[in-house]
Amino acid sequence: MKNRSLVSIDDFSTEEILRILDLTEEFEKQPIRKLLEGKIIATLFFEPSTRTRLSFESAINRLGGKIVGFADASNSSVSKGETLNDTIRTVSNYCDLIVMRHPIEGSARFASEIATVPVINAGDGANQHPSQTLLDLYSIRKTQGKLDNLNIFMVGDLKYGRTVHSLMMAMSRWNATFNFISPEELKMPDEFKFYLDNLGLKYYEHNDFTDIISKADIIYMTRVQKERFSDPIEYEKVKNVYVLRNSMLKNTKPNMRILHPLPRVNEIHQDVDKNPKAYYFEQALNGVYTRQAILCSLLGIK
Amino acid sequence: MKEPKQMSVSAIQNGTVIDHVPANNLFKVIQILGLDRIDNQITFGTNLESKKLGRKAIIKISGVFFEDEDINRIALVAPDAKLNIIKDYEVVEKKVVEVPDKIVGIAKCMNPKCITNFEPVTTRFRVVSKKNVALKCHYCEKITNQENLQII
Repeated sequence: MKNRSLVSIDDFSTEEILRILDLTEEFEKQPIRKLLEGKIIATLFFEPSTRTRLSFESAINRLGGKIVGFADASNSSVSKGETLNDTIRTVSNYCDLIVMRHPIEGSARFASEIATVPVINAGDGANQHPSQTLLDLYSIRKTQGKLDNLNIFMVGDLKYGRTVHSLMMAMSRWNATFNFISPEELKMPDEFKFYLDNLGLKYYEHNDFTDIISKADIIYMTRVQKERFSDPIEYEKVKNVYVLRNSMLKNTKPNMRILHPLPRVNEIHQDVDKNPKAYYFEQALNGVYTRQAILCSLLGIK
Repeated sequence: MKEPKQMSVSAIQNGTVIDHVPANNLFKVIQILGLDRIDNQITFGTNLESKKLGRKAIIKISGVFFEDEDINRIALVAPDAKLNIIKDYEVVEKKVVEVPDKIVGIAKCMNPKCITNFEPVTTRFRVVSKKNVALKCHYCEKITNQENLQII
């Protein structure tokens, strides 16, 4: 995978994804290794994202690499009107790899075509965020011991949630069954359902999940945002339907785990946190190991 | 009695006739093939009656023969177009257009948040459906369908 970029999860074959997950496992066992000594990684965050940036920077620091970059475009040459083309060409000269978050969709693909070093897409608008998908896959494999034939529940905003779309596409490689639970206004878009139809994979759509929760292997929660509703009354009607509470977890499978890309607001009640089935904070920690694995793979070090 | 005046489009000796172009897309075809920038003799007729299309247009280009790759670029706006290749006033070959697998630099991505609508990037699409044309943007990965198709 040396000198490749990671823009979209589809860029990687199943074997390559599994290779990254195996490598992630190695980093989990031994996270502090000076494999990036002498390397400079640029972290270009044209749009603020505290969590993703800190996770990448933590991964780079644990590997002994150095970081250049910015956390907010207003402090960079972009505010002077520089094009993305010029920024990427210039920054390519200063570093061995670029990690980029940008609000415009397709910006990461474009950057990967003009950069002379590998580019990791840390989110391009509503499009892709592949390192999140890889850490989700790692968390699923680690907690379930496998990726095949799992029943995945996706809950909340399935219309705009880029993490659920990417994870759904990725999990479709391992014969998953999907249950989509969302308010009517935030249903899984048709294009993704066609995608599953074409593969012959099973999926079910629900407005509520209290009756079926016992079937889940993974519950992937996302936030239902008020801004997404054209009618505020609709939001008021549904806002409590998609909140996970500890009392709902009684009849769930022993292997079931709850994931969430974070930040959480109120969609998982705090009383769930102490349940051993809550996995979202460990999931965030797995993100650091996953990013260590991605960085080393693309630089050809591992 | 006077004979009614008739204007006919003269036959060409050597060149290409593109028939069955939808009348409302005539100028898009001209633009895509760059016919507005060449010196060859060109005649075209539009709003002609057609059983198949309702109203069609026809273009006759003298002295020009297209490569398949070039002519397929018009498939997005004239999917039923038929080509007659003329040599010495005779039709020596007939061709139909085919929607290509990839579209480069012809269509505009309909996603207003796509990078191609912000920076001077050549648009690139993979054709995901040929019948009801659907294009997947190489950059933002969103679908542009026939209804929203805009030619640059």
